[in-house]
Amino acid sequence: MKNIFKISLRNLLRYKRRTLLTSLLIILGVVMVVVFSGISKSFKEMMIGTITDSMMGHLQIHKKGYVSSIDNLPLHLNLKDEEINNLKSLLDENSDAIEAYTFRIKFGAMLSNYEQTTNIRLTAVNPEMENRASPALVARINDFSGEANFFVKQGELIIPENLAKGLKLKIGQEVVLVATNQDGSVNGMSFTIAGIMTGLTGPSGRDGYMHIDDAKDLLRIYGNEINEIAIRLEDSDNLKNVNKMLSQNLKSLNSAIDRPGYELHTWAQLSPFSTIATIVDLLIYIVKIVLISIVLISILNVMMMSVFERVSEIGTISAIGTLPSKILWLFVTEGFLLGLISAIVGSIISVISLYLINIAELHFSFGRMQDILLKTSISISELIIVSIIVIVISIFSSFQPAYKASKMEPVDALRHV
Amino acid sequence: MSLIELKKVSRIYKMGETSIQALADINLDIEQQTFVSFVGPSGSGKTTLLNLIGCLDKPSNGEIKVNNVRVNEFNRKDAAVFRGTNIGFIFQNFNLLPILTVYENVEYPLIMVQNIPEKERRDRVLKYLDAVGMTDQKDKYPSQISGGQKQRAAVARALVSDPKLVLADEPTANLDHKSAFMVIELMRQMQRELNTAFIFSTHDPKIVKEAEIIYTLEDGKLVNREQITNSDINAKEKN
Repeated sequence: MKNIFKISLRNLLRYKRRTLLTSLLIILGVVMVVVFSGISKSFKEMMIGTITDSMMGHLQIHKKGYVSSIDNLPLHLNLKDEEINNLKSLLDENSDAIEAYTFRIKFGAMLSNYEQTTNIRLTAVNPEMENRASPALVARINDFSGEANFFVKQGELIIPENLAKGLKLKIGQEVVLVATNQDGSVNGMSFTIAGIMTGLTGPSGRDGYMHIDDAKDLLRIYGNEINEIAIRLEDSDNLKNVNKMLSQNLKSLNSAIDRPGYELHTWAQLSPFSTIATIVDLLIYIVKIVLISIVLISILNVMMMSVFERVSEIGTISAIGTLPSKILWLFVTEGFLLGLISAIVGSIISVISLYLINIAELHFSFGRMQDILLKTSISISELIIVSIIVIVISIFSSFQPAYKASKMEPVDALRHV
Repeated sequence: MSLIELKKVSRIYKMGETSIQALADINLDIEQQTFVSFVGPSGSGKTTLLNLIGCLDKPSNGEIKVNNVRVNEFNRKDAAVFRGTNIGFIFQNFNLLPILTVYENVEYPLIMVQNIPEKERRDRVLKYLDAVGMTDQKDKYPSQISGGQKQRAAVARALVSDPKLVLADEPTANLDHKSAFMVIELMRQMQRELNTAFIFSTHDPKIVKEAEIIYTLEDGKLVNREQITNSDINAKEKN
């Protein structure tokens, strides 16, 4: 085997310029894939992180049917005390995978500054639980300087930026919320503006925050009721497994009750941003296909030329007694070495490129968030996957010319000039 | 005992609708440890005959035995294994691998064909390089040595696997007169020292006289067999 490698390497070095050009092409492809992947994945993770850490959590539990009517923010699909306790026990049992969870009541209301009135979507939370499950939420509150675990107190309201602008509301100002209760009656309460929140998705955001106990008073909920549980995982990469595990657990809970059961959704199922994440993944796949094409065509080309130029040599080694299988491996090894060397060099250049991008401190905007630092990263596993793709395709594409070489009749090959 | 036996061997090449008879009903017996030459004009079938004996090609009809093994029905793999252990080849264009040094070229059959252990391999390579007078050139690449030296290295490569038979197709055709004689002399010397049979083809009448047995081919047929007697050899040595 050592000798096959030695001979193959020498054959590669024999046509230095051609090997170098082919190798450069593959290196360029590897760099393109890894750098694109590093930037786009970092962007995607930042985007997903912002959505999950400041709003949605990784998973959400609702009463069955709630998500399909979520636009109406229904109150008749609230989870009751017993259900909440069952779900709490379930989540506590899986505390090794679940970092935190938060109970929410989401509802729609009318917001008035005594001169004008507009509608608002409210998320009523226990601020301490919410801060643990959505640690980036407070960062969206303009000029927030208080204790994060108490970002909204009873009697306070955090309103979205566009409503504040539209109604000319300022922190400390009093407003009135009017909401329809579960029984259809209407109730109103006054609140103080405690914070103005930057919209995550842009200026159209109409989401405000308030204390869960105030929501119960406003909605005349007596007892423990919520309509959403948002869950933050210890490791977001573990989402698929935890989702599967909780789904199974919820199925058993569902089968134990005769009322409508529970439904579990990932953030991707609830957020339109998952489409962007999917597009980013798709783009990465497309770039990988481009890389595969580059490697396939360039190695196939160089190996076909190599076989054609060495017909007489193939005849010689075949006449001497080299087995067809060894002739095949001589050429496949050439393709393998070309791929291996290119993959290694390409990976090194890619890592250096990503490091240089990080040093350059490039900034970009996402939604209403300005001046976000582009922090690129690439995992070792991603580098290994790209390298394996290059090497496997190199072997694959050199197989046909190698097979052709191994099948040559020595008498015909020796006759070749 | 015969080293090579050919019975009614024919070789017909088909090129579209046309058939070309390269060899017709060849019967041949070649003893072990002999120095044989095939002579004849271009197209007479010398190379075809060598290719058939060397298991590089298959006859259209007839039977070929080399070292008492019927070789004409070998598949590609069996033919390669047989060649690797029984037959050495010397080519008109030397056919040394340009990426390997002289030493590595001679070593090649022992690594890639016979898988000989390193120590034994080294001893055998050095022995044959010494025998052909190429020890001092062993680290050079084929592009760095002369044609005569290349063919001497090729002789060493053909002999290093201790074959019963060495086939040389026009081994002197690309050499000047002096180098050609040196190579033939070297082959003759190796045949005597190693008791290996050599068969070479040539159309050079001066070279052909070095053989012990001369077979003449014309239009794919064996037309003459000439045995050079001891008195002929003594007369030649005196001259």
